[in-house]
Amino acid sequence: MPSVKIPIGPQHPALHEPALFDLTLEGERILEMQLKLGYNHRGIEKACEERSYIQDIYLLERICGICSHSHSTAFCMATEEVAGLQVPPRGQYIRTLVAELERIHSHLLWLGVAGHETGFITLLMYTWRDREVVMDLLAMLTGNRVNYGVNTIGGVRRDFTAEQLQQILKAMDALEERTKYYIEVAASEPTLAKRLVNVGYLSPGDAMKFNAMGPTGRASSVDRDVRRDDPYLAYGDVQFKVVTDTHNDVFGRTLVRVGELMESYSIVRQLIAKMPDGPVKVKAPRKIPAGEGVARYEAPRGEDIHYVKGNGTDKPERVKVRAPTMGNLAAVGKMLENNNLADVPVVIAAIDPCFSCTDRAIRVTDLSKGRTELLTWKELRQHGIEWYRREAGVDFSRLNKLLAAR
Amino acid sequence: MVNTAEMKQSLEGKFDFLAGKVAVQRERRVFVEVPADRFREVLEFSMKELGIDWISTLTGLDEKETLAVVYHVSGAHGIVLNIKIRVPRDNPVIHSVTDLFPACANYERELDDLLGFVVEGLPPGNRYPLDDNWPKDQKPLRKDWKPAKAAS
Repeated sequence: MPSVKIPIGPQHPALHEPALFDLTLEGERILEMQLKLGYNHRGIEKACEERSYIQDIYLLERICGICSHSHSTAFCMATEEVAGLQVPPRGQYIRTLVAELERIHSHLLWLGVAGHETGFITLLMYTWRDREVVMDLLAMLTGNRVNYGVNTIGGVRRDFTAEQLQQILKAMDALEERTKYYIEVAASEPTLAKRLVNVGYLSPGDAMKFNAMGPTGRASSVDRDVRRDDPYLAYGDVQFKVVTDTHNDVFGRTLVRVGELMESYSIVRQLIAKMPDGPVKVKAPRKIPAGEGVARYEAPRGEDIHYVKGNGTDKPERVKVRAPTMGNLAAVGKMLENNNLADVPVVIAAIDPCFSCTDRAIRVTDLSKGRTELLTWKELRQHGIEWYRREAGVDFSRLNKLLAAR
Repeated sequence: MVNTAEMKQSLEGKFDFLAGKVAVQRERRVFVEVPADRFREVLEFSMKELGIDWISTLTGLDEKETLAVVYHVSGAHGIVLNIKIRVPRDNPVIHSVTDLFPACANYERELDDLLGFVVEGLPPGNRYPLDDNWPKDQKPLRKDWKPAKAAS
């Protein structure tokens, strides 16, 4: 059978930035993947050199709409290291609290996306409804659903009241109840297992070789978590388990994320119970001395690293950012090898690249006939759902109806 | 597992040219500058003896007369070892470490695209992160590059 080349992208919604996945296929089976990135390169690092440290916080916060707090915190931590600033304990706790609420909203979002890509629409509806609970909390605490603007050099810009902390605790109880239900569904629902088990396989050896990070790596037994290995903020003061899994596939990545949700609820409760009193920030100088700082941060998708070099002025000499999706894309080629075209949406979605509401079109080229077709992402997703219904009898419609009646 | 002080001690003990030059900024943050031609040796030693098995990223720096690369590497111990090498601005040649860290390919391509490094031994692939139509001689992260240049 002649091989067929299918470019996926550069515009489609399963990506943090637009990217081009050039797939070579033999029938349904993927032989090889070539990656082209950079379509959304915005020159933020260069722009940072021309703006003050304070302006850079807001610019860097906008690298990502989902894990905005990850970037602003990592940048502030690196800058504070250069300037020799110690953030007061209450400031550290507030940063950590927002970080975990962000992880909860991000993982619930992902769970919905996984449901959507496999045709399990009820799961999408349920998880995104639950996600509103944490989005409302973030809006109440910071004034914004995303891009919270909580950080500043030397601490945080907002203090939380005792009543607000009580409201967070109440919400955690409700979300924990729901998450237990998702764990039950994931563990007992054969339809879900049929779509996710052995899909996007990444062996522990390959995961380590490609330095796969975050839930993507941890689902392939890579026992790494910056929160535990290189403690920052208030993570040294709380107890939590680093969730790993041995499935090495999309199913494992799902279990890791729901497991991490449970850990996050526990971290949030511990933070509130131990929340110290006192100031939330120290005064930072406008000019940051010469020096270098490296900050690592466990973002919902994996390790986020910021490097800041100061030169004694109010503008940094250099800011370098590496977000986790950039690190994980190297492993996607390996995950897609020998998979079906029908699995592409869920495999790509399983590293949890951020969604962007861009136009999307997939060009299917049949080399043997020299014919080109256009497939939208919607059509590819539909192809995946129908292929599984036809070939493997995987059908969520009964379950969707059943759950909707609950 | 190796700790921060042991890492400093071990590097300074193994390599003469590093004596007294390994800076510990704080617990788990080690900075060291090595001559470009000895970099590979130091990296391989770190991987063999110091538990280094993870590359976070590479940072390229324009230091006017020289260009520099900082390799941010770490391991299960959580210590980030930041190894800096310097190369002359008029001949910024570095050697790829993709044989040791396959995830490094795009980080090295970025050094080429944004700062004009020549990376020897880099496997073939698409350029990153700039557009295919971007002029090859314009390196935006160089300090003497201004956005107006892109328009000309």
